[in-house]
Formats: sequence, C-alpha cells, structure tokens
Amino acid sequence: MQSNRRIERYVAPLDETPIAAVDAVDTSKKASSVWGDAWKDMRGRWLTWVCLVLILLIAAVAIFPELFAKADPTSCDTLNSVAPAIAGHPFGFDVQGCDVYARVIYGARASVIVGLLATILATLLGGVIGAIAGYYGGWLDSVVSRLGDIFFAIPTVLGAIVVMQMMPWDKNAMSLAIVLAIFGWPQVARIMRGAVLSTKHADFVTASIALGVSRSKILLKHVVPNALAPVIVIATVSLGTYIVAEATLSFLGVGLPPSMISWGHDISVAQDEIRTTPTLLIYPATALALTVMAFLLLGDIVRDALDPKARARR
Amino acid sequence: MLWYIGRRLLQLIPVFFGATLLIYLMVFAIPGDPIAALYGDHPPAPAVIEEVRRQFNLDKPIMIQYLLWVMGIFQGDFGVTFSGLPVIDVLASAFPITARLAILALIIEALFGITLGLVSGLRKGGVFDTVSLVISLLLISVPTFVIGFLLQYLFPITLKIGRTTVSRDAPWDELILPAIVLASVSIANILRLTRASVAENMGADFVRTASAKGLKRGRVIRVHILRNSLIPVVTYLGTDLGSLMVGAIVTEGIFNIQGVGGQVYLAVQKGDGPTLVAFVAVMVIIFMLANLLVDLLYAVLDPRIRYAK
Amino acid sequence: MKTNRKALAALSIVAASALALTACSSGSKDSGNESGSGDAAAAVITTNGTEPQNPLIPSNTTEVGGGKIINLIFAGLTSFDASGAPQMDQAESVTPNADNTQYTVKLKEGLKFTDGTPVTADSFIKAWTWSAKLGNAQSASYFFDNIKGYNAEKDAELTGLKKVSDTEFTVDLINPESDFTKRIGYSAFVPLPESFYKDTKAFGESPVGNGSYKLASEKAWTHNKGIELVTNPDYKGARVAKNGGVNITFYTNEDAAYADVQGQNLDVLDTVPASALKNYESDFPDSKTNKAAAVFQSFTIPQYLEHFKPGEEGQLRRQALSLAIDRDTITDKIFQGTRQPAKDFTSPALEGWETWGKTVAGNDVFSLNVEKAKELWAKADAISKYEGKFTISYNADGPHEEWVTAVTNSLKQNLGIEAEPKAYASFKQLLDDENNDKMTGAFRSGWQADYPAMYNFLAPLYQTGASSNYGRYTSKVVDNALKAGSAAKTPEEATAEYTKAQAELVKDLPAIPLWYQNVTGVWNPDVKNVEFGWDSVALYHEITK
Repeated sequence: MQSNRRIERYVAPLDETPIAAVDAVDTSKKASSVWGDAWKDMRGRWLTWVCLVLILLIAAVAIFPELFAKADPTSCDTLNSVAPAIAGHPFGFDVQGCDVYARVIYGARASVIVGLLATILATLLGGVIGAIAGYYGGWLDSVVSRLGDIFFAIPTVLGAIVVMQMMPWDKNAMSLAIVLAIFGWPQVARIMRGAVLSTKHADFVTASIALGVSRSKILLKHVVPNALAPVIVIATVSLGTYIVAEATLSFLGVGLPPSMISWGHDISVAQDEIRTTPTLLIYPATALALTVMAFLLLGDIVRDALDPKARARR
Repeated sequence: MLWYIGRRLLQLIPVFFGATLLIYLMVFAIPGDPIAALYGDHPPAPAVIEEVRRQFNLDKPIMIQYLLWVMGIFQGDFGVTFSGLPVIDVLASAFPITARLAILALIIEALFGITLGLVSGLRKGGVFDTVSLVISLLLISVPTFVIGFLLQYLFPITLKIGRTTVSRDAPWDELILPAIVLASVSIANILRLTRASVAENMGADFVRTASAKGLKRGRVIRVHILRNSLIPVVTYLGTDLGSLMVGAIVTEGIFNIQGVGGQVYLAVQKGDGPTLVAFVAVMVIIFMLANLLVDLLYAVLDPRIRYAK
Repeated sequence: MKTNRKALAALSIVAASALALTACSSGSKDSGNESGSGDAAAAVITTNGTEPQNPLIPSNTTEVGGGKIINLIFAGLTSFDASGAPQMDQAESVTPNADNTQYTVKLKEGLKFTDGTPVTADSFIKAWTWSAKLGNAQSASYFFDNIKGYNAEKDAELTGLKKVSDTEFTVDLINPESDFTKRIGYSAFVPLPESFYKDTKAFGESPVGNGSYKLASEKAWTHNKGIELVTNPDYKGARVAKNGGVNITFYTNEDAAYADVQGQNLDVLDTVPASALKNYESDFPDSKTNKAAAVFQSFTIPQYLEHFKPGEEGQLRRQALSLAIDRDTITDKIFQGTRQPAKDFTSPALEGWETWGKTVAGNDVFSLNVEKAKELWAKADAISKYEGKFTISYNADGPHEEWVTAVTNSLKQNLGIEAEPKAYASFKQLLDDENNDKMTGAFRSGWQADYPAMYNFLAPLYQTGASSNYGRYTSKVVDNALKAGSAAKTPEEATAEYTKAQAELVKDLPAIPLWYQNVTGVWNPDVKNVEFGWDSVALYHEITK
C-alpha cells in the first residue's frame, strides 16, 4: 500500500532554528535524563520545599511520636471527658478523657503506614500486571483487562467494606492496605499498560529487537523504565487518596481496630460532639487534611516536572 | 459504529458475571450466620432458624445459590430480602433517589468544575487560579464525611438554611446540599483536569491558528479550547457516575437519604447476599453503560476519533 | 445512644436489638369515650420509627421497628400500663387454677377486627397454634413453649388450647407459670383474622388487626419511608386512642429525627441521639423524658474462659472486675445520665424494684472500690498468675464502642491490668463466636425484656442451657429458684424465689451488670400527655395535639 502521507516542508524562521546552538553540542557535559531534568525543575520551586518539609515532619511524627507528644494517648480518665485544654494538654481531652493532642500525633502513624503500604502494593501489583498485559498483548491482555474491569466496576468503598468484613477480627494496617490495593491496582495497571503500549513501538525498542535482545529483557530494561514516570505520578497522588480511604473505612467502623489510634476513627467518634466541642473533630481532620495535601501536592509537582510540555509552559 | 457498540456490550457479560460472582462469594465468606443474627439478643428455636435458612436457599452450596440467583434474574425474579421484601421493590425505591442525587451531583460538579477550571486555565498563575487551586486541593484532602458534617453544621444548624436531613420522598431541592457534599471531591478533580487541558490547548497550534485567523476570543475559547478540553473531563464524568452511586454510602448516611448507599451497607452488615448482589449488578451495569456512553461521546467531541467497523 | 458511624450503623442497630413489644397503657379512665369528636381527637401524631425487619406478622416480629407498629394495630388479651402492671385488654378476665397450670380466658363481648369479622376464642386458638408451629418459622414461636403440645423439634398442634365458647377458652400449661398473665401481653399472643391464613403474604404488607389503630389504607406502609395509621373506631380495650392517628416516619439516623422534632416536623421522638444528649434538656425544657426502661446492659465473661472458670479464682477475678468499674462516672460522662448504674440483674422499670431489686444481697460489688478490687485481683493472682490482655468484645455495627472503651479504660486505670476493646465487624460475626464457645475474652451482653417480669430478665440468660445463656453459666441454686418462682402461688412468693436467684447471681457474676438504659425522649411542646411505657415506647393513644 502506498502511503499518501504528505510531509510538509517549510522554512522555519531563523530564531526558531538556532543552528549555531545545535552545532555547539557540549559532549563533555553529562547527558541529561528525564529524572535529572525533573529534579532540576522541582528544585527551583519553593512549593517543593514546603511539601518536602511537611512530609519529612509527618514522617518524623509517624516514626517517633513520643518526641512530639509527652502525654500517653491510651491513658484516659473518663472524668476528663471533653475537658478543655489545660497546660500540658494543648488540645484538651476527648470523650474518653484521652489527650487529643497526643492522639493527633500518634494517629499519624496509622495513616502513613496504611497509605504507604497500600500505594506500594497497588503500584507493584498494577505495575507488573499492566506491563505484562501491555507488552505481551493477545489473550493475556484481554483476560487482564476484563479482570481489571471487574475490580474497576465494584466501587472501592463497597468492596473494601465487604472484604474487611470477611477478615477475622484482628485487622491491622497490613490487612487494610491489602484491601485498598486489591481495589486500587486496576488503575495503575491501566496506566502502565497504556504507557507500555506507547513505548513498545518506540525506535529504541525496535532497535533492541533487531539486536536480538530477548522479549522479557527488553520489557525490563527499556520499556518499563520509560513507562515508569506516569506510574510514579499516580502513585504519589494515590498515596493521599489511600489515606483518605483509610479514614473513611475507619469512620465507617470497618477500618483499623479501635486499639490502633487513627484519625478516621477519632473523627468518627468526635462527630457526636460537633455541636458542643467541634475542636474534637477539627484537630484530627486538620492533621488528616494536611497530610493528604502534602502528598497530593508532591504528586502534582512530580507530574509537572516529569511532563516537559507542562514544564515549558510554566 | 454499531459493531463497536455490540462488541462493547458483549464485553459487559463476563464483567457482569465476574463482578456479581465475586461479591456473592465474598459476602458468603464473611463469617457468621446471617439468619441467626436477624433475631438480635433473643434467639428463636434452632428449628426456626433452619427453616428460614432453607427458605433463602442458604442450606445449599454456594455455587448452587449463585446459579439459582442467576436463573432467577433471567426470569425477572430478583428474589426477596431477608426482610421478606421483593428485592426488585427495594431496588425500585432506592435507585431513583440515588439517581436524583447522583445527577444533581454530576450537574454541580460539571458546572462548577468546568467553569472554575476554564477560568483558572485561561488565567493560569493569576490570583483566581491560585485560590481555586488551593480550594480544590482542600476539597480533595478533606474526607467527604468531614465536609458533610461541616456543611451540615454550617448551613442547617448554624445559619438555619435548609434541612439537616432529607425528608422521605427526597425532593430535588432538599438534595442540593447532599449533592454538593457528594460532588465536592469531583469538583476539585474536574477543576484540575479542565485547568490542565485548557492550559495545554491554549498553546496548541489549532488555537494559535484560530486566533491568527482573527476569530473573536470568545469563539476561540468556546469552539476550540473548551471543546477539546472537555474530552478528558467527559471521561471523568462517565467513570464518576458509578462512584457517585456508591460514594453515596457516606453522604446518604449523614443526610438520612433512603437510597442505594444505605441499602448496600445494610445488606453487607446483614450478610444479605442476594440483595447486595442485585444492587451491585445494577450498579455494575450503570457503570459500564456510562463508560460506553463516554467512549461514544468521544467521537462527538473529538473529530479525529472514528470507531472502526 | 451512640450514633458513631451514624446511620450506617444505626441501620443495623435495629437488626441487633430485639425487643419487647407489649401494649402499654395507663389507666385509661375514660376508655368508654369513643374518639372522633372535635379537632383534638382528629389530630394525627407523627413519630419516629424504623423500617420493620419482616412483614407485619405479630409472631414473626421481634424487633423494635415492626414491634412498635404491631403494638398499635393489634391488641392481645392483656396489655400493660405505664408502670408495667398488666391490665385486661381484649380479655374480660384471665384466671389461673390453684396450681397455675391452667388459665381460663374470657373475652370481652362484641370484639371486631378492622375488616369487620368478629374476634372470638378461635381467633386466638388458631393464631397461637399457627405461630407455634415450627414449619411456619416464626421467630417468636418459642413464646408458646409452655403451652401443652408445643414441640421445639417438629411440627405439632398446641393441644393445650381448648375452646369453651365463642368468648371463652382454656390454656393448659406444661409447667406451672405465675407470670402467664404478663407473658400473654407480648405481641405474639394477639388474635389473627381469617384473611391472614388465606393470603399470609398480602397480610404481612397490609395487616388487619384489632388494636387502637389501623392502617390508613391498604398502601399505608411505604417501605423504608413510613407507615400511616388512623384510629380504629371499633376498638374496645384499655388503650382507646385520644387522637386521630399515628404517622410513623422511618429514620436510619437519629440525628435526623432529632432535627425534625426541633423543626416541628415530628411530634414525638423516643431516642435522643448521642450528639444531642448534652443539649436536649435545654432544647426541650418542658417536653422531655429520661426514665428507666426495661433494658439491662452488662458484659459476660464466659465460664469456659481461662482464669474465669467456676471456682475461687474465677469468682475473685469477676468480683475484682466489677469493683473496678466506675459506673457512676461512665453513665454520667459517656451517657450524660441516660443510663443508671446497675444494682441487680433486672431493671427498675419493673413494679416493686425498689423493694427487691435495689436491695439485693451483696450488691455493693457493683460500686467502685479500687482498693478491694486490687486486693481481690492480687489474691486471684496468687492462685494462678494472669497474663496478657483482658478484652471485651462488641459488634462495631451497634452503638457499643464508646462504652466498651470507657469500661476497659476504667479497668486499666483502677486495676492496672491491660484491658482493651475488641471489635467484631458485625453482630452476626460476634454471635457466631458466642454460639460456638469461641470467645477469647468477655463480650457485651444485654437484655431488653419481652414483658415486664423478673423471670424474663433471668431465665433466658442464666438458666442452664437457656437460649441466650452464651456464657454457659450453670447453677443448681439459680435453676431451682427460677423453677420455684414460676410455680409460686402468689406474686410475693415468686418474687422471693427470684430474689434468691439474683443473690446467687451477684455472688457468681456470670455477667458483670453495668447499667440500665433509660428511655430518653423529646417531643414537640404543642403535643400533650406524652408518657413513655416500660418498653421505652410512648403511650401513643394518650397523646393529644
């Protein structure tokens, strides 16, 4: 078949073709990579630093809560029920007479762990499945796509409620993360599959095939690294949404057990006091929102940095 | 085109059975006897429990139960709930309410999301853009239930505007506040999507060409920028319809709306497999049809896309 | 009541709370006064409710939502007044023989169902026989277990019911029962019209009764939304309505209901939501109630639990736990005074409780005494050291988390042991482990009486092998006392026997009593004569507007 594609030819204005610059390639400079460029771009934005500081702070609070709060969040005296703030207890006390500040600090761990675990699991699962489906195609692709559709069609909250009920009573961060990942992987798989499909026919891949590199090696060495960028973006953004999901499930009473301090759980308990002591709800909700926001913003920044078009526009 | 639709509808079949079977098996796997639990702290005679279990086919193996359910569906029989009500009646009373809520939410999110996103995208970096970005981030970061409580506290309780809860017939006007809560996260997502794609299209060649042709700015925005920017937004709206239907679990709970969310939650708690699966089945179908509709809309919005025969 | 998880949980609370449905009425001095004249009598009262879990068949309705409706549209032989004392309703008289094994029932003359057919002795005999038959799978079938002919294993006829005339029949009992007049006040004992047997399914959707009210129309019940009842002009009994009807709106969210009373969209609410417990008294200064109801709450420590088995160690530990719980503070701070610290195993809603319940021997074990608690626990540790956590299980789909947490905090603080709440996702999962003796700690327990009698608070929970005896408690003393009380000739004698059983329970503590639940209600100040019965439900027929 003859191609009827017409290649337009035109003469570009001089300022758009700085031939001199092309001629002067500095071979001594390190070749720039996508990641290097991205980091260079991110580095220059003050928002990046705000985000990173916030995330580091949250991480520190999650790992060493005892450094940030002196009071024991599990030592509660009913007599202090909804007592106002006093020295040493800046946020006052909750319904059970527990120190609200300590609970907000200690609650970070559950959110961060569940968010991280769920993200890692979903990204690994979805990434591998998506890459295989996209690269090998054929019936494998069809099966995986339909499977993904099934999980996609069942709304996450509903699925998670059912699966959490299935589990025996001793739930923990891991079981919750697994549940979230079970319903989160298709999204990653779709993106990975799409990315793999688009790089599959790239020149460097064709070249590798021509050189006789094995299929799986090409997949691992060339296709996956180049498809990684969108997956990393979705992972960063979904970290935030998984934290919200954890809070929602704990709010619904099917999330973490009450013995694990969680913001979602504390918000849910605080709702009864919203008319009289709204701060009980506001403190953990603010902590939750800040954490989620930090990860979402980071996701945004990484996305912008990895997208050369967006970078150019800014 | 027709062939494409046919193929897509065929694909629906395995997904439909896969999703319903999956839910069925999962509900079955939840430990505990759903029948014994129906009676609370006052258990009836064991023989009574046995008899009721027989009536609901719960004495049969799980696959047989599922097959019986599927056969019932094909005869238009959705079975009865543990409360003895025909499931179809429960579906018929719950879905219209949730549909109203979802449609309102969809309108609200499209209206606000697209308008704000368009303005943000056109004036990228401006004050309006920054403010709306911050608000959208907040909306995504604060869980729906918190937004729900805050709005409920702000409007009906403090300002005495509207009702704290929706009355039993759930008329349109009472659903506005819940719909806003339900739409909140999506408003933010649509705003961001629209903003990004408007900004991208602003720099596109066809826009430059249109401007160069001397078209008025309004027309350029309307015909060229907006139309092209809507493509990802429409995809989002399509997939969102499904999640709105169930995302309503939380919102419906806060505002006491007798819709799908509450029924689904109740069915899970009671281990009422047949009822739950019926709801999931309908939701899956809605979700998939919405996706199909979105793909077809693509063709309308994007002249470059034509579905192969 | 805690509405954590809001409606979502509230939906299933309903499923998990069984109830007592018994008619309630106070005095009704002017019961001859037919309603229907004047505006006041025509006013329709609106109130809260929940969607019935089952079709409206009396013997298959054992939960609050349906029970409230059944109680209004059906009338049994006896009903109860506000104090919980039985009164004749459809019966003219119910008379026992000398040893309480046979009761003779005489009906009032001219009783009618709302479809116009007469209420006769057969209406009762046939209905009871049908309800008791196992094949009909009625949840309340076990209520007939003391009537001759009852069989819990296979289908059988109640041979103990004998018709004397259209308005008289006799009931032969298997064991003597002094409380029978109270038991038949339970809603499973109402008569059914012939139309019930012709089309049971249709009946369940649109029941025909003989009570103070009837359905406004065949389609009066709108599922998941509400039901509309109007006054039954043909009703003859102790509960003649003084208003034009009752409209029940089904709520899945108590906060919503409360807001509706505030907005004057609802007249009477019998459950103040947790979020409003701090303000309801100021929101409704002259139209509120907070009084003890027939609901007892506790946690059960199963007899098979290591360190808590029958014997000295178990007894010491049970007493130590009970002494270490600060019931006063918890009922005050967590429940805002809508619970009363327990003094026995029954409820102050029972007639005469002040004289026999409040004063049960040894009930100082229900008052906080940290020193003694620690001492007893140490004594038990000397027998065998306790290691690990002490857990109290609850179902997360009910309103229990808050108080279980408070109790474990109290134990932690006062006894210095590691105590923790343990959540089951749903009631059925908790029930499953209770049924199969698989509990690894204590678990929440509670009882809402079916009819206001001591026996109903004790026998189903602590008698050897009883249906709700999940702790697997067994005691000869308790069993014998319950039996003797049931066969007693006079109420005083019965009470003395039951009190003996209670004293033994206080020693053994198969369950640790915590508190009695109050009925906490509010109403629109425009409605008058609102009073709540022993069963936490308003006496709707008394209300005027």
